[in-house]
Amino acid sequence: MNKNIWVFCEQRDGEIQPVALELLGIAKELSEKTNEKVGAILVGHNVKAKANDLVAYGADEVYVVDDEELDNFLTEPYVQAVYKLVSDYKPSILLFGATSIGRDLAPRLSARLRTGLTADCTKLECDEKGNLFMTRPAFGGNLFATIACPDHRPQMSTVRPGVMKKAERDDSRKGEIIDVKIDWDTSKFAVKLIEEVKEVQSVDKIEDAKILVSCGRGVKNVKPAFEVAEKLKGTVSSSRALVDAGVMEHARQVGQTGKTVRPQAYLAFGISGAIQHLAGMEESEFIVAVNTDKSAPIFKVANLGIVSDAAAVMKNLIKML
Amino acid sequence: MKIIVCIKQVPNTTEIKIDPVTNTLKRDGVPSIINPDDKSAIDVAIQLKEKHGAEVTVICMGPPQAENALREALAMGADNAYLLTDRAFAGSDTLATSTIVAAAIKKLGADVVLCGRQAIDGDTAQVGPQIAEHLGIPQITYAAAIDYNEERNSLIVKRQFEDRYQTLEVSGQCLVTVLSTLCKPRYMNVWDIVDQDSKEVGKITFADMDLDAKNIGLAGSPTKVQSTATKQFDKTIETLELDPEAAAKAIIDALSKRHLI
Ligand SMILES: Cc1cc2nc3c(=O)[nH]c(=O)nc-3n(C[C@H](O)[C@H](O)[C@H](O)COP(=O)(O)OP(=O)(O)OC[C@H]3O[C@@H](n4cnc5c(N)ncnc54)[C@H](O)[C@@H]3O)c2cc1C
Ligand SMILES: Cc1cc2nc3c(=O)[nH]c(=O)nc-3n(C[C@H](O)[C@H](O)[C@H](O)COP(=O)(O)OP(=O)(O)OC[C@H]3O[C@@H](n4cnc5c(N)ncnc54)[C@H](O)[C@@H]3O)c2cc1C
Repeated sequence: MNKNIWVFCEQRDGEIQPVALELLGIAKELSEKTNEKVGAILVGHNVKAKANDLVAYGADEVYVVDDEELDNFLTEPYVQAVYKLVSDYKPSILLFGATSIGRDLAPRLSARLRTGLTADCTKLECDEKGNLFMTRPAFGGNLFATIACPDHRPQMSTVRPGVMKKAERDDSRKGEIIDVKIDWDTSKFAVKLIEEVKEVQSVDKIEDAKILVSCGRGVKNVKPAFEVAEKLKGTVSSSRALVDAGVMEHARQVGQTGKTVRPQAYLAFGISGAIQHLAGMEESEFIVAVNTDKSAPIFKVANLGIVSDAAAVMKNLIKML
Repeated sequence: MKIIVCIKQVPNTTEIKIDPVTNTLKRDGVPSIINPDDKSAIDVAIQLKEKHGAEVTVICMGPPQAENALREALAMGADNAYLLTDRAFAGSDTLATSTIVAAAIKKLGADVVLCGRQAIDGDTAQVGPQIAEHLGIPQITYAAAIDYNEERNSLIVKRQFEDRYQTLEVSGQCLVTVLSTLCKPRYMNVWDIVDQDSKEVGKITFADMDLDAKNIGLAGSPTKVQSTATKQFDKTIETLELDPEAAAKAIIDALSKRHLI
């Protein structure tokens, strides 16, 4: 019988990605209900040293495959490694971050395992028997579906980064670290890496900001927003309208086709609050909206809604801060 | 080179609205389109055909009206089109869908299979990699550029990540999922529009393929949709009409109350 809740802990260049810690957080929460262990999968090259971090963030067991073949992310070697672990140890639940790695690996693996996979989840719940209920947006965020995988194991899902809460780090936690060797079927390694090029992030990471000053089409000049953000020790984010207009970088875009953020305060200036935008920010702890149209949908999610001119409010903020 | 492009007919989700009274999706009158990423895949296939010579076949699993999407693909310059349609296919999740599409590809034969990265209605991005696994061929997802090297008979693909890209090379059969940013989908060509009228859209049903009924449709779908809901929002806590100075003060007060400044 399949048992335990596993997380594929994504790493890049040996650095554990934040989404892995978020998944350990939700896995731990689920495991308290099902009375199971939390397992972490750590695969890569020269990554073993990170296994203890995963224990500190909630893993009871860390399965490590540390091998040269896993130096750069390539689908087939990664699938072979995870497939081996999953077929040998048979977890009941298997979670991936819904990143460009997780969304490549997980579907391939689900077909190899012939089990169900639910995409890009924003909510996970389970019953005492360990049945997982996965909620995800579809139809461009207009619809939310709750999906189960009653008759197949493992129950697999990819989970949107930024949605689940990280577990607290606790260095006194104890866990088991299990090294696994893989017999590679290199005849399947048909894709060759010619080069890998990192693209420097020229903009601040909006998903890490405590306060976001977010601009929409109602902001005609974005320069003051950067001044407000600087004074608040925050970061500037944007709706898609300004990204499409070429005013803001895509890396600043919040929403369904941008990033999901949950800052402690989200200040929306001149943003109407389209459903695809709300999908990326409604989990923020405190939402302020400034908009001249009092019927703008953004006011439905705002904790503090202000009908006023964005530029003038920003000008006053700069003066008063 | 034989290229098969997998396309999906989707409702234009940008035009879908939620009925505020019934809280359900208003789909009436919402036009059906070729999924945007798939349109880009068709374009890539036709570019490869123009540059290096290829036979381009488009396939689509869906109800009879999905033939319109295939006709549009023919008008864009595809050579052949097949509709995979059968009552037995209804209710397929991504695993079952990919099983059916893979069986059709096996039947038709292909060197290169192109998919969109993601469909805008189901939004899973799972069908492409699952087809590749069923066919036992390598996959490259998130393609931002594709080139063919005639000498080496290989594809060179730029694979996009959030923070980097890879240049990958693959020879032999493979499946690539493409981003809609890869190219600007071409408009239908007048000659191809005229020409597509004379082209047949072939039909492939359950009986035409090597498929096990227990792996397709509702019965062959491990995921089950338990419930759906449209978005509902909590009530606003406060909406105030304020002059800019009072507004700035209200914001500062609220932030300091939360110890954020
Ligand atoms: C598949 C899909 C994915 C999408 N993904 C995203 C996404 O990830 N992120 C995203 O943001 N959007 C996304 N969109 C687009 C989304 O539907 C909206 O078009 C977009 O969010 C609108 O941006 P906006 O609010 O800045 O502009 P608008 O909707 O034009 O709103 C501008 C607002 O500014 C107000 N305003 C005007 N002047 C002033 C003033 N002087 N002071 C104060 N307020 C003023 C107006 O009243 C209005 O409410 C997506 C759409 C689709 C179809
Ligand atoms: C609300 C809702 C939520 C759902 N969630 C899930 C889920 O989490 N997991 C799951 O397994 N299923 C899910 N499904 C079922 C899923 O949408 C269908 O199986 C659908 O047929 C394929 O998935 P997709 O639209 O996500 O396609 P994607 O995987 O996003 O499509 C990627 C590419 O595959 C190709 N492709 C996709 N469909 C076809 C087709 N019919 N014919 C030819 N080529 C095609 C196209 O090239 C396309 O660009 C859900 C359905 C609904 C209504």
